[in-house]
Amino acid sequence: MEDSSPPLIRSAALAALLAALLALPLLGVRLVDSANGLSLSGRPELVAWAAGGVFCGRLIIDLFRRWIRDFSIRLPVPPPPPEWTRFGVGWALALFALVLPFLPFADRNLVDKATMVLIYIMLGWGLNIVVGLAGLLDLGFVAFYAVGAYSYALLSMTFGLSFWVCLPLAGLFAAAFGLALGFPVLRLRGDYLAIVTLGFGEIIRIVLQNWQDLTGGPIGISGIERPSLFGLSFKAVPPEGQTGFAEFFGLNYSADHRVIFLYFLILALALATNLFTLRIRRLPVGRAWEALREDEIACRSLGINPTTIKLSAFALGAMFAGFAGSFFATRQGFISPESFTFIESAMILAIVVLGGMGSQIGIVLAALLLVGLPEWFRDLQMYRMLAFGAAMVLIMLWKPSGLLSSRSPTIRLGGRA
Amino acid sequence: MRPPPLLDVHGLTMRFGGLSAISDLSFSAGQGEITAVIGPNGAGKTTLFNCITGFYRPQVGRLVLHHPDGSALGLETLADHVIARKARVARTFQNIRLFPRMSVLENLIVAQHRVLMAASAFSLAGLLGLGRYRRAEHAAIDLARHWLDRTSLTSFADTEAGSLPYGHQRRLEIARAMCTRPLLLCLDEPAAGLNPRESGELNQLLRGIRDEEGIGLLLIEHDMSVVMGISDRVVVLDHGNLIAEGSPAEVRGNPAVIRAYLGEPDEPAVVTGAEG
Repeated sequence: MEDSSPPLIRSAALAALLAALLALPLLGVRLVDSANGLSLSGRPELVAWAAGGVFCGRLIIDLFRRWIRDFSIRLPVPPPPPEWTRFGVGWALALFALVLPFLPFADRNLVDKATMVLIYIMLGWGLNIVVGLAGLLDLGFVAFYAVGAYSYALLSMTFGLSFWVCLPLAGLFAAAFGLALGFPVLRLRGDYLAIVTLGFGEIIRIVLQNWQDLTGGPIGISGIERPSLFGLSFKAVPPEGQTGFAEFFGLNYSADHRVIFLYFLILALALATNLFTLRIRRLPVGRAWEALREDEIACRSLGINPTTIKLSAFALGAMFAGFAGSFFATRQGFISPESFTFIESAMILAIVVLGGMGSQIGIVLAALLLVGLPEWFRDLQMYRMLAFGAAMVLIMLWKPSGLLSSRSPTIRLGGRA
Repeated sequence: MRPPPLLDVHGLTMRFGGLSAISDLSFSAGQGEITAVIGPNGAGKTTLFNCITGFYRPQVGRLVLHHPDGSALGLETLADHVIARKARVARTFQNIRLFPRMSVLENLIVAQHRVLMAASAFSLAGLLGLGRYRRAEHAAIDLARHWLDRTSLTSFADTEAGSLPYGHQRRLEIARAMCTRPLLLCLDEPAAGLNPRESGELNQLLRGIRDEEGIGLLLIEHDMSVVMGISDRVVVLDHGNLIAEGSPAEVRGNPAVIRAYLGEPDEPAVVTGAEG
C-alpha cells in the first residue's frame, strides 16, 4: 500500500487545484456596494474551504474505492438471487399495499402520499413498456398523462359522463395520441427520438395552455366530478337520487373514506398495468418489443414489421398514462397545464431508468425513492433537489444499469415459462 | 439436369451515388442447391445479399423467387420484412445480429413471431390465455428444440444469447433463421472466425439443411474449404460483375477467377500489335 499512496495524494491535490480554479471566480470574489460605488472584495477563505473539501472528499472516495476493490477480491461473487425471491418480494409488496390503509400508523396523510407514489408507479410501468421493453426513449410521456386527465375532465364536465365511463375513453384517447406521435417518429431512434418526443410533450402542454375555450387555458378546469363506487357517493351530502357510501354501509361519514377509496382505485389500476405488462412480455408482441430494442435490423430479417410493433408500444404505454391521468383528474378535482410540465416526464423517465429498464419491481423501488422520500422530507425543502440529484448520481455510480437490472427469460425449455 | 431455379437474378444493378456496387448481374440459384457467392473484398457480395433480402432497393434489374407451388415473387419491390414473411427468405449477418440480452430459446421463439402472432390474434387470445395460443407456443418450442438439437445448443437454451462463445453465436443465428421456415437461406460468411473443427461441423450442418429441408442456400464465403467442400455451384463476383459461374471444379480452374484473386501479372501476357 505504501508505494501506491503518492498517486492518491496527487489525484486529490489535482482535484483540489481544479476546485480552487473553479471556485476563484465563483466564490472568491464578491461585488460590494460601498460608499464610493461598486468594488470587489476577496473571499479567499471560501476558496480555501472549497479546495480543502474537495481534497478530503477525493481522498475519501479513492480510499473507499480501494477498500471496496480489496474487499471484493476477498469476497466471492454472490450468486444471483433465486427467482422466487423476486417473486416473493412482489407478492409481499402487493400484500403490504393492500393492508396499508388499515395499519395503525396509517393516517390520512400517509394514504394520500401513498396514492401519489402509486400514480408514479403506474406511470413508470406504463413508460416501461415504451422505454424499458421496446427501447424507445420517450421524453414526452407526460403528454399522454395530460390527455387522459383533460379527456376525463372535459367529458365529465360537458356530457356529464361518470368516471367509470370516462376511464376507458380517456385510455383510448391517450392511445390515439400515442399513435399520432408514433407515426412521424417511426424512423427515429435514440437521441433523435428523444428530442421529437420532448417537443411533442411541450406541444400538448402549450395547446392546453392556449386553447382557452376548451381547456380554460392556464386557469385550468376545476370542480371535476369525484368518482363513486357502484353509484355510492363519497360526498358528505350525497346528490339527489344517490346513496352515500357511509350511509349504505352504516358507517359514520368520514372524509377518510374517499381518500382510502382513491388509494384502492389507483392500486387496482396500477396492479392491472403490472399484470398486463407481465403477461404481454410472454406474448409475441412483448417479445417482439424486446427484440426490437435489441436489434431492429435482425427483427426485420425475421419478418417482424417494426412499424406495427413500435406503434403498439407507443399506444399501449400511452393508454396506461391516460388511465393514470383520468385518475389524477378525479383525485385532484382540479387540473391545469401546470401539472404536466417537462419535469414530470423527466421524473417518470428517471423512475424507469433508476429502476433498471424493464424491471417491474425496480420501478416500485425507484418511485418510492424518488417520489416517496421527498414527500416525507418536505421539512428539508431547501435541500430536497440537492439530495434528489445526489441520490441519482450515487445510484448511477453504484448501479449503472439501475437498481434491479437482471432480466429473467420469458420462456424456458421444458420448464415453467 | 440443373434443378428448377429458386432465385433468378436478372440484370441487377445497384449504385451508391456514382459508385456501381453491382452492375448488370444475372445468375440463378437452384432449389435444393448450395450456391456460393465468392469474390475479393468489395466485389459486391454483401450488397447482393442486401438487395435480395430487401435492405437495399436496386435501381435496375429483377429478383424473382420461385415458390415450389409455382408462384413467383418479385423481390426488388418488397420491403425487407415482407420478403422475410411472404417470400420466405431468411438471412444471417456478417457481423452477427442476435438479440443479445434475450435467451437462446427466446431468440428462436421471436423468429416464429409471424406464426405465433396469427395464433394469438395479435396477442389478444394470448392475453386471455386461450388454448389455441398455448398449443401454437408448444409447437414453436418444439421447432426451436429441433434446431437447438441440430446446432448442438440445447444445453444453452436458457442462457443469454450474448454470453455464448462466438462459434455458438454463429450457429444460433443459423438456427434462428431456420426457425422462420425459409425457402431460401442466405448466409453471409457463416464460417468467419470459426476454427477448423467448427467449420467442419458447419459444413455438415449446411449439407444437412440442404438435404433434409430441401431448401436452397446462398452463401458468401471466404473459407475455400467450405466453398469447395459443400457448394453445388459457385458464382464469382469482381467489382460488381459476374466473372465466372459453374461447379466448384470449373471455377477453380478458371483463369479469370485466378486473376481476380491473385491480381494481374506485371507484364501483359498478350502483346498487342496495334499500337502507335
